[in-house]
Amino acid sequence: MEPPERPAAHRAAFAPWDDPAARPLVVYDGVTKRFGAETAVVDLSLAVYEREFFALLGPSGCGKSTLMRMLAGFESPSEGRVLLAGEDLAGVPPHLRPVNMMFQSYALFPHMSVETNIAFGLAMEGRPRDEIGARVGEALRMVKLDGLAGRKPHQLSGGQRQRVALARALVKRPKVLLLDEPLGALDRKLREETQFELMALQERLGLTFIIVTHDQDEAMTMATRIAVMDKGRLAQIGTPRAIYEAPTTRYVADFIGDINLVEGKVTGAEGSRVSVMTALGDMVVAEASEPVSVGQAVAVAWRPEKTRLVRAGETGPAGSVMLTGTIADIGYLGDWSTYHVDIGGLRLKAALANAVRRAEDAVDWGDPVRLAVAPEALILLVR
Amino acid sequence: MSERATRRTIILVPYLWLALFFLVPFAIVAKMSLSQVATAIPPYTPVFGLEDGPAVWLAKARELSLDNYAVLAGDRLYIDAFLSSLRIALIGTAILLLIGYPMAHAMARAPERWRAVLVMAVILPFWTSFLIRVYAWIGILKPEGLLNELLIGAPLAIANTETAVIIGVVYSYLPFMVLPLYAALERMDRTLLEAAADLGCPPWLAFWRITVPLSLPGIVAGCFLCFIPITGEVVIPDLLGGSDTLMIGKTLWTEFFSNRDWPVASAVAVVLLVILVGPIMVYQRHQGRQLEAGR
Repeated sequence: MEPPERPAAHRAAFAPWDDPAARPLVVYDGVTKRFGAETAVVDLSLAVYEREFFALLGPSGCGKSTLMRMLAGFESPSEGRVLLAGEDLAGVPPHLRPVNMMFQSYALFPHMSVETNIAFGLAMEGRPRDEIGARVGEALRMVKLDGLAGRKPHQLSGGQRQRVALARALVKRPKVLLLDEPLGALDRKLREETQFELMALQERLGLTFIIVTHDQDEAMTMATRIAVMDKGRLAQIGTPRAIYEAPTTRYVADFIGDINLVEGKVTGAEGSRVSVMTALGDMVVAEASEPVSVGQAVAVAWRPEKTRLVRAGETGPAGSVMLTGTIADIGYLGDWSTYHVDIGGLRLKAALANAVRRAEDAVDWGDPVRLAVAPEALILLVR
Repeated sequence: MSERATRRTIILVPYLWLALFFLVPFAIVAKMSLSQVATAIPPYTPVFGLEDGPAVWLAKARELSLDNYAVLAGDRLYIDAFLSSLRIALIGTAILLLIGYPMAHAMARAPERWRAVLVMAVILPFWTSFLIRVYAWIGILKPEGLLNELLIGAPLAIANTETAVIIGVVYSYLPFMVLPLYAALERMDRTLLEAAADLGCPPWLAFWRITVPLSLPGIVAGCFLCFIPITGEVVIPDLLGGSDTLMIGKTLWTEFFSNRDWPVASAVAVVLLVILVGPIMVYQRHQGRQLEAGR
């Protein structure tokens, strides 16, 4: 169950996955991939729609790259089908598939100039020389590399190489552009800039992007939807907001962002309102995502930034779960501070925005504090 | 010692080595090639003695001449021998490349745990004497040899022909072709081929557009490592070539040991060196460029 999407201005009505009439562009249908005795992908089905910026997210070895390589044609599924625009891709060799990939290592041809690298795909299509020249020029301008057409890859910086790789994959205007950890080799600042450039580019060209990444920030920033993968299986699929605010499993809750997680047993359920007995006392979850029965083992989770720090003497907001403990650690990040609070043998996290400069009543190590968490902020995790 | 001095000393050592064991012998050979044959010990004149003194040296230096080179230029035998050597080296190298490339390619694409074994298999023949291995080919190629035993009814007259020399050369030099090719191909990033396929390039074309250009350093190294020594090869033409196969190395050997004409033999050696310096320099420049390109 997804919380209502707050419409971001530019993506207001874009949610083809909710539209039963929409036909997906890419479909994985019960795909399993085995390498010898190991199974990289297990009976996985998912659909990607046109103009989506779709992220496959997971730790290394979760099968996300294998999934992408099956679409590019470098691996073939052991079971199941991969379809592109309704057509089964089985038996279609990579060079005949209308998808292009930007490789993690960029895989630029070292003996060719930037221009020849970008022109390679068009030359393979047998395009006339003028058209190739024009389109390569356009691609170079698009990635802001106009002056470097004659350079060899080894004469470029990492960021420039990344752009050449992007231009080379985009110049053929593929139905789907696959990006394998595209920003992994860039430094932080450049990575953030490039994220926004990629988004702008994707929107301007109206293409479908599928990105493989282990970096959740990257996926959260860029993707229309994220598929979180765990050991070859799909753990959850949804918009970044849904994945973050309404994770359905402990794995997803833990993998995406920071979370406080407390195990417990259901003591009562009325509609979506569920009471849970935990080590920290009774907690009432306002919106349980799935039906539970009394006595069932569940976990209650909440995000650190959904916590309020209530100092001794203050009263917390009515209806909130109140937890009393002491500050064990403070991490000052500039914009945010994270507080580690010891409560009942557990260490919980609270994150607070440093909205006021030179706050005078700042809490300190060892201070007794109370944490207030609203019932709406609590997430009930069954799996 | 300062760091600079240390560095100079380190550079000096190989240069001294080269000067001592290459330049000095070459100077001696070059000087010999300008001398005249004589029935004496050593079998040529003039001989510069330490006790002679400058005036005598000058007088003796006047005796030096380019006569031997004129002999080489004037006698078809030498020119033919040079041309025949170059031709055999060229054909041999071409065949080596044709055989060696697929071998090296297959080795580089083999599963990783097999590669060391395959490289070992290529090097293994070096464990036996080169002479014995070439002799073995006599046994295979001679009229009643192994090959003809297998081809009952259609005997081939290969022994003592140029074909036999080329077979021997290809056999003997195969590791020198395969190993540099293997080194170049093994180092190649295979995702480049995936990238080519991804951009619409069928595998056979990717081979020509990506694999071959990127293995060019290996091709160049392998070809020169084979071409240069094959041109001066002595043992293989001597054992497998019979009397009809002319090769400059064999001619040199004959001049030196049978005719005891050291000056002409030296002239042959100098010309051979000059002919081979050209390709060696091309090779060096190529290697230099490779290093500059940072690969």
